[in-house]
Order: sequence, then structure tokens, then C-alpha cells
Amino acid sequence: MKKLLLATAAVLAIAGGASAQGMDKVKACFVYVGPIGDGGWTYQHDQGRLAVIEEFGDRVDASTYQESVPEGADAERVLTQMALSGCNIIFTTSFGYMDQTNNVAAKFPNVKFEHATGYKRDHANVSTYDARFYEGRAVMGTIAGHMTESNKIGYIGSFPIPEVIQGINSSFIAARKVNPDVTMSVVWAYTWFDPAKEADAAKALIEQGVDVILQHTDSTAPLAEAAKTEGVIGFGQASDMSEFKPSPRVSSIIDNWAPYYIERIGALLDGTYEQKATWAGIAEGEVEIGEITDAVPAEVKTAAEAVRDAIAGGQHPFTGPLNKQDGSAWLAEGETPDDGTLAGMNFYVEGITGSIPQ
Amino acid sequence: MLRLEKRASPSRAWGMATPLLAVVLTMIAGGIMFAILGKNPVEAIRTIFWDPLFNPQFAAYSRPQLLVKAGPLILIAVGLSLGFRAGIWNIGAEGQYIVGAITGAAVGLAFYPTEAWFIFPLMVISGAIGGLLWAMIPAVLRTAFRTNEILVSLLLVYVAQSLLSSMALGALRNPQGGGFPGSRNLSQYPAAANPELIAGTGMHWGVVAAFIAVIFAYILLQRHMLGFSIRLAGQAPRAARYAGVSPTRLVILCLGISGALAGLAGLFEVSGPAGQISIDFASGYGFTAIIVAFLGRLNPVGILLAGLLMALTYIGGELAQFMLGLPAAAIQAFQGMLLFFLLAVDLLSNYRIRLGGAK
Repeated sequence: MKKLLLATAAVLAIAGGASAQGMDKVKACFVYVGPIGDGGWTYQHDQGRLAVIEEFGDRVDASTYQESVPEGADAERVLTQMALSGCNIIFTTSFGYMDQTNNVAAKFPNVKFEHATGYKRDHANVSTYDARFYEGRAVMGTIAGHMTESNKIGYIGSFPIPEVIQGINSSFIAARKVNPDVTMSVVWAYTWFDPAKEADAAKALIEQGVDVILQHTDSTAPLAEAAKTEGVIGFGQASDMSEFKPSPRVSSIIDNWAPYYIERIGALLDGTYEQKATWAGIAEGEVEIGEITDAVPAEVKTAAEAVRDAIAGGQHPFTGPLNKQDGSAWLAEGETPDDGTLAGMNFYVEGITGSIPQ
Repeated sequence: MLRLEKRASPSRAWGMATPLLAVVLTMIAGGIMFAILGKNPVEAIRTIFWDPLFNPQFAAYSRPQLLVKAGPLILIAVGLSLGFRAGIWNIGAEGQYIVGAITGAAVGLAFYPTEAWFIFPLMVISGAIGGLLWAMIPAVLRTAFRTNEILVSLLLVYVAQSLLSSMALGALRNPQGGGFPGSRNLSQYPAAANPELIAGTGMHWGVVAAFIAVIFAYILLQRHMLGFSIRLAGQAPRAARYAGVSPTRLVILCLGISGALAGLAGLFEVSGPAGQISIDFASGYGFTAIIVAFLGRLNPVGILLAGLLMALTYIGGELAQFMLGLPAAAIQAFQGMLLFFLLAVDLLSNYRIRLGGAK
């Protein structure tokens, strides 16, 4: 018995020592808010997980994931059970897991937690990562502004949180820039993934005369709805949604999480892992613009690609002069907002009608 | 030839045996489904039913979680079972659960940041009243206008969900939450929190209330005149009327009790495990409780066991998902099978299977 204890202690000592200089094998686990077959947000995270397996082979066990975990008390239990099952690093891929991620991280200081789109890092083992989706929105907005004939653009919002409001403002600013007559209607679906609700939202927008739909929800239902009406177009969201090419899907914003997942797990393997907050965009390849199809005239395509390349080159989608919805000044000529302002954005820019649900 | 013959009265023995038979059949059919999905069926069933209770890696955490998950299910299902026995169908417990959480949380948040002993009891009372009043809508509409309480109570769930969204975004939103939807976290406000009473047991006031409700309902049904009226109204409505049971009073009472209990469940959940009013606070307990009520044969003790079993399939189902890579939909199908087989084998308590052709 004593011998066994000594042996166990020795093994633990080796394992403990190894973690300081890296690990031989990492077990990476993923928590998803929707099903991996949603064709959008969760699908794209799962592609990142598969890329990790491809990259590291036997050195990583990334077979563990859980779909459709509600953003509430259930998430805390799922995270705890994952940590108990021996995960070394856990990626929680939705905003609503923020408090649960931090709560569970406090109980498992040796497990690394990576929370997507959040801002709370209460413990040394919690990192956050996000993508500058609003950069991609500026490209979509440019296409929308050119393409709309009714001058009415529709936007299906999920929840009125800063991340979504950034996208609404960014696409509207870009659309107004190329088409001063454009107006935008926003419908709130209050869900990340609910094909029926998303389709209803798209239908309501089309009935109002909207002919370009942008969405910040995860399913392909709005595109399927757009396909039913001649002349209505939309964009792939989070994933390419290429099955709706060449129209109604005329382009897309693709979230490419694979480089980040490979970087973080690689860092854990070679011992260089550190807590951090990442917010990458088009320049880093985390936000990609999907193929712009031939349903869009060549000059519109060129204009959209110019916006994309300018952003990649450092041009900020929110560059003054810009006013808030109530007409008060926000950014002076040439001024750009800092990341803190963006992360707390809770107002529309001038020209958008309607109000953010309070 | 197999032939069905109606029993003169439902078989008591089969009544007790069918839930167990349904569980066994679910395991077999579920095992076949898991095998078709390319997973080892024995391992999958073991992960769902055994690991949360006895696997040393998980049990210390999972066992208390069983109570946390079963508490609201039992509390709601006990209330529903009274109405179901009397033929009064409250399908909208989910809505009453939500409204109870909102009214209870609102009282707590109104006092923030005062520390006083009476805040939590006041929240409990207003949670129960919230659920009760929400259930009174179908009750009054049925007694005054003879509307169908199934439809009215069900549709009010969607109204309650919209109310929840609006509360999370508006009136109850955390003013210090940086613009994000959701109320203050009640579990971090000691006067309004519903914490674990004994560390590591999962016991919170909601679980205590669920046990009290089981005992209360048992005595009510066995010993009290109201319990007799409820059973009589369900089994022989006309006889009940002759015996002087007022249908109006029964509808109000049954919907009222089930609404109040659902409201209580919501309050205990929002002040404990969930912590805050958020857009997706509602997690379907009100609907799952309907399955629990029937799985427990509308009997308080049965419901206690059924609630624990249902909680086990949730927690074990989560384990099976990430340990074995089973899709979430397969676990939901597995839980659905449980209700399906229960209703199917129910036939055996009302009918007798005979060999041979009809006479």
C-alpha cells in the first residue's frame, strides 16, 4: 500500500512538473449553445474543434463536446461535470455562459476556461476570445446598400446586447455611405437558434417591403424564407451557408475559430499558455468574407472587396464624424472609438429608426 | 390471435407495475437506438442511470444535483396531479413557474440592498401569489365562460415568456450590468438568496418545499374531504355533483394550488440555482412536470420517485452526451420514449390480453 502511494505521488509529481513545461496530451472540451448541425454559429465552432484534431492528432483528445446547453443553471452543471471528467481546457462558446464559466473556473483552478464573446475574467484560469464581427458587417452593409431597390434593409437581431448592436450600426453606416436613402428595420428574435422564430422574423420583414436581410441568429431559416420571394437577398451568418448560393445568399461572414483553437491548445501543449483577452478581425483571418456571388453586379463586388481590404489594412468601420441616434455627437472627424466603448455599445447611430428594447 | 378485453376496474397490480415496465422498455428501445447510432448500448445505459449515482469521479457532485433538478419537477408535478385527478388540465405550469419567479424576484429586488430577515419569506409568499394569480386566469375563464382550460393555460405560457423577456430587458434589468439583459444576481444578495442549506447536499428551500408538498398532498388525498372530492370528480363526475361537490370550487382550488406550487418552484429556482431573471430563465420544468406527474401515477409518493428518475435521465443524459458523444436529440428522444411507453403499457391496467378469437 505504501509503495503504491509513493508510486502515485511520483506520478503526480511528474505530471505536475510536466504541466509547467507543457503537457504530453491535452483533453479539450467544448460547450455549444445550439446543435452542431445549425449550419451557422455552432457548426463553425465545431469546425474549429475538428481542425484541432487534424492539427495535433494523438496529442490531443478533442472528442468531448455538448450541444444545445441552455444558458442558465444547466450550463454550470455541464461545465462542472466536464471538469470532473478530466478536461484540461474547456471552451464555452456563447455569451450567456459568462457567469457559469467564472463560477466553475473558481472551483477548478487547474483547468483552463476559454469563454467566447464575454468580458469577465474573474480568475487567472479564465480567458476570453471574440471576433470583430462588425468588420464583416461593414462589407455586408456595403453590398446591402447597393443592392436594395426598395431602400429598405431588414436586420434580425438575437438579443439587444453590445455585440449585436455593433453589427447593426456598422452595417447601417456602410449602407448609408453608398445609398443615402436607405432605412433599416430591426426585429428582435430573443434567441440564438430557433428556425421557426427566425423564419417568422424574416417573413415579417419581407412583408414590410424589405428586400435585403441581415441576421444575427444562427440558423439558415431566414435565407430559406428569403428564397421564397423573388428579389430578396440575404447573407450567410457565422458560416458560409453556401447551399443558398448564388442567391438569396450573395455573400457571408464566416467565423473562423480554428486558428485560435489551435493556438491555445498548442500553447497548453508546449507550456506557453497564458491568460488573455483576444479580439481579432478580418486582418487576423478570424472574420472571413465568403464568396460574393454573380448575383451581385461586378462593380458592387469590387466596392465590397475594397471595404474589406481597407478594414484589413487598418481602416476602422466606426470612423467619425458620427452622431448617435438622438443627434448628439459621438465621434469627431477621423476619430475612432476604443474597444471599451465598442464592448459596451448600447445606442443606435443617427438614421436608424426604432429603439433598442430597454 | 391476441385480443383485448376491458377490465371491470383498473388493475391495481398493473397500475404499480407499468411505470417500472415502461422504464425497462425504454432502456431496451433506447439501447437499440444507441446501438444504431454506433454506441455501445450497455455503456450508454450505464452512463445515464449508474454513473451519476455511483461513479466515484462524478457521484459526489451529481447526487446533490439530482435533488436540485428534481426539486422543482416534484413541486410542480404534485400540484398538477391534484387537478389531473379531478379532470382539470393545467398544461400551463411553465407560465405559472415563470410568473412566480418574476413576482418573487421583483419583491427581492425592490428591497435591494437592504438586509432584513423578512425579505426572503416575503419573496416566497409573492412567488406563490404570482403563480396563483396566473393560474386564476384559466380558472375564472373556465368557470365564468366555460372556456377550455387546456388551451388558455397553455397559451398563457407564451404570454409569460414574453413577459419574462421584457422584465429581463426592462423593469428588472440590473442597472449595473453594463447594458446586458438580466436582473441582479439574487444568489449574491444574501437577504434574497436561496442557498444550499447543508453544503454538498444540494438541499435548498425548494427541495424542502417539494418534500413538504408531497406529504401534504398525500394527507390531503387520503384523509381530507377535499381529496375525496377531487378523486370522486375525476372518477365519477355525475356522482360527485350529486354528492354536493361544486365543480366551480374544485376548478378554482385545483388550478389555484397547482399555480401556487409552480410559482413557488419558480421563486426557489430564480433565487437559488438560476440566480437571476434572464431571457432564457424558463427551462421547461413546467412541461416536464406533466410527464413526471403521469410517470408517478398522479400519486404523491410516485411523483417523488418519478421526479428523481427524470432528474437522473437529465444529468445522466448530459454525461452520456459528452462522455460518449451521443447527440442531444438522442437523449431527448430517450426521455420521450419514457412517456410513450408509459402511456402504451397503461393499456394493461385497463385491459386484459386474451389469447384466441372473439366469441
